[in-house]
Amino acid sequence: MNVHLIRRKAVNVAMLSLTGVCTVLAVGVLFFILGYLVWNGGTSLSWNFFTKLPTPVGEAGGGMANAIVGSAKLLLLATLIGVPTGFLGGVYLAEFGGTVFSSIVRYTTDLLNGVPSIVMGIFAYTLIVLPQRHFSALAGGIALGIMMIPITLRSSEEFLRAVPMALREAAMALGASKTTAVVTVVIPAAIHGIATGIMLALARVAGETAPLLFTAFSNRFWSPGWRQPTASLPVMIYTYAIAPYEDWHRQAWSAAFVLLSLVLIVNILARVILSRNRHVRR
Amino acid sequence: MSSSLVTPASARLPQGRARSFRERLKAGDEAAYVLTLACAASIVLVTAWLAFELWKNSALSRHAFGWSFLFTKTWDPVAGQFGALPFIYGTLVTSALALLLAVPLGVGAAIFLAELAPPRISDALAFLIELLAAVPSVIFGLLGIFIMVPILRSAEPWLKGALGFLPLFQGPFYGVSLLAAGVVLAIMIVPFIISISREVLLAVPSDQREAALAVGATRWESTWDIVVPFARKGIMGSIFLALARALGETMAVTMVIGNDPKISASLLAPGYSIAAVIANEFTEATGDLYLSALIELGLVLFALTFVINGVARLLILTTTGRGTAQ
Repeated sequence: MNVHLIRRKAVNVAMLSLTGVCTVLAVGVLFFILGYLVWNGGTSLSWNFFTKLPTPVGEAGGGMANAIVGSAKLLLLATLIGVPTGFLGGVYLAEFGGTVFSSIVRYTTDLLNGVPSIVMGIFAYTLIVLPQRHFSALAGGIALGIMMIPITLRSSEEFLRAVPMALREAAMALGASKTTAVVTVVIPAAIHGIATGIMLALARVAGETAPLLFTAFSNRFWSPGWRQPTASLPVMIYTYAIAPYEDWHRQAWSAAFVLLSLVLIVNILARVILSRNRHVRR
Repeated sequence: MSSSLVTPASARLPQGRARSFRERLKAGDEAAYVLTLACAASIVLVTAWLAFELWKNSALSRHAFGWSFLFTKTWDPVAGQFGALPFIYGTLVTSALALLLAVPLGVGAAIFLAELAPPRISDALAFLIELLAAVPSVIFGLLGIFIMVPILRSAEPWLKGALGFLPLFQGPFYGVSLLAAGVVLAIMIVPFIISISREVLLAVPSDQREAALAVGATRWESTWDIVVPFARKGIMGSIFLALARALGETMAVTMVIGNDPKISASLLAPGYSIAAVIANEFTEATGDLYLSALIELGLVLFALTFVINGVARLLILTTTGRGTAQ
């Protein structure tokens, strides 16, 4: 047979299998991470982790109850800042947009989304920590909240846009004002998508460490209110991982296991809901 | 009779722009417009404010060192001498290494998912890969310290045996190094390259493939010579996006790079990156000049990622018709 043809076919098979190998490698990494974390973190997880405060160095046991509460507080504050702003901004782009200004907003949103999270930390530091002269949960929550705005805005816009034009026209044909149509018809039709978008945004900032290092800082005790340094799960993982104590490493694995489980569960749920909705819409 | 029924109704019907300002205000339209506009504008405002704060708070360092800040090797907080070169070097080297490893792997996997795998399997695998993108970076750092660094350390004899003739792989090796940071970064950015490139490849019209196959090209030839060039800009966009992520990545890099502000030709030597030095030294920065120098590093990082992201979004926008591809 033609040597040239054989060579082409060989190249075909070789290169195509190589792309398969690439895929296996990429997906394999995920399973490796999951497996290792479950094996290493799951086994060292105990009830104390959720209920006890960190113990002093050298004393075994203890948990990260304060960090779990701290993370929840930071996320609450971030949601209060990021979700209304992002959502309403998304409504503007989807319903009132279409001008040069909205393309500027869209482009800036994507750029803000790509700003390294540590730079966001510096921003919150200069805004809150520098004038107040102390680290606080407030500063951390604001840093995370600002990061949530672009994510929420873009996903809200996309889901609002996916609502068929006919629904808006029908509402307005019945005499509804634009606002009434958007509030009573368009937003309810897109609410599942918007909610999942917000969940994904939360899952994303829940794992952020860098912006908290010098805003919320950390704390080995409970920190009531918003004006004190506050512990959070990601920062605890970091400080425990780079410390030289065996027991702390074990705790870091437990914390990583808890954090990753939360993040992945939210992601899986959100994507399942999204794909189901997508099928309905078609 | 009939006209008297119709006319008042049509007069009452809101006619879009034709309605008076007062009517729109009463219906809530003006209020809703202003409120949502303010929220949308806040994005632009926050971005500008962010840039302004970085600029303002780095003034001390910018005035003290000028442009030489970017080209000076000394980072000596005690003597008040601050030069960003070791950090810029570390950031660029680790990101370049990450791209070198991640681009072939990511583009290869994207080709498999878009061109070869049956749609169901492709969607399922893309789902898993998106989950990989959602793993927090501190967890990558944790795995980096406790798994990858030991693996690299045990691979040292083999590495030096195979590649030791290159200056890149010489000198003592402690595990934490530019190499370790590059590998962790590569693992972290691969999912971005895969999911965006896959989307871009799927957006290539199928008559391109069919035409290539019809004139006798093999599957690989149609993919590599026709489909990939068609999607080239979008793939480049995904690579730029991944690059911006790698440049700004903080936690995972901080945990494995070694945190030593030196410039060494060897990838096996420890280094330091811009994000890592900010993360490590910000809370202990005593003195205004020190803090201001760290904020100037933040400004450099911001400018770098801003430009690269801008290019990436433009490239993706021109191929898929939309700027976001996450």
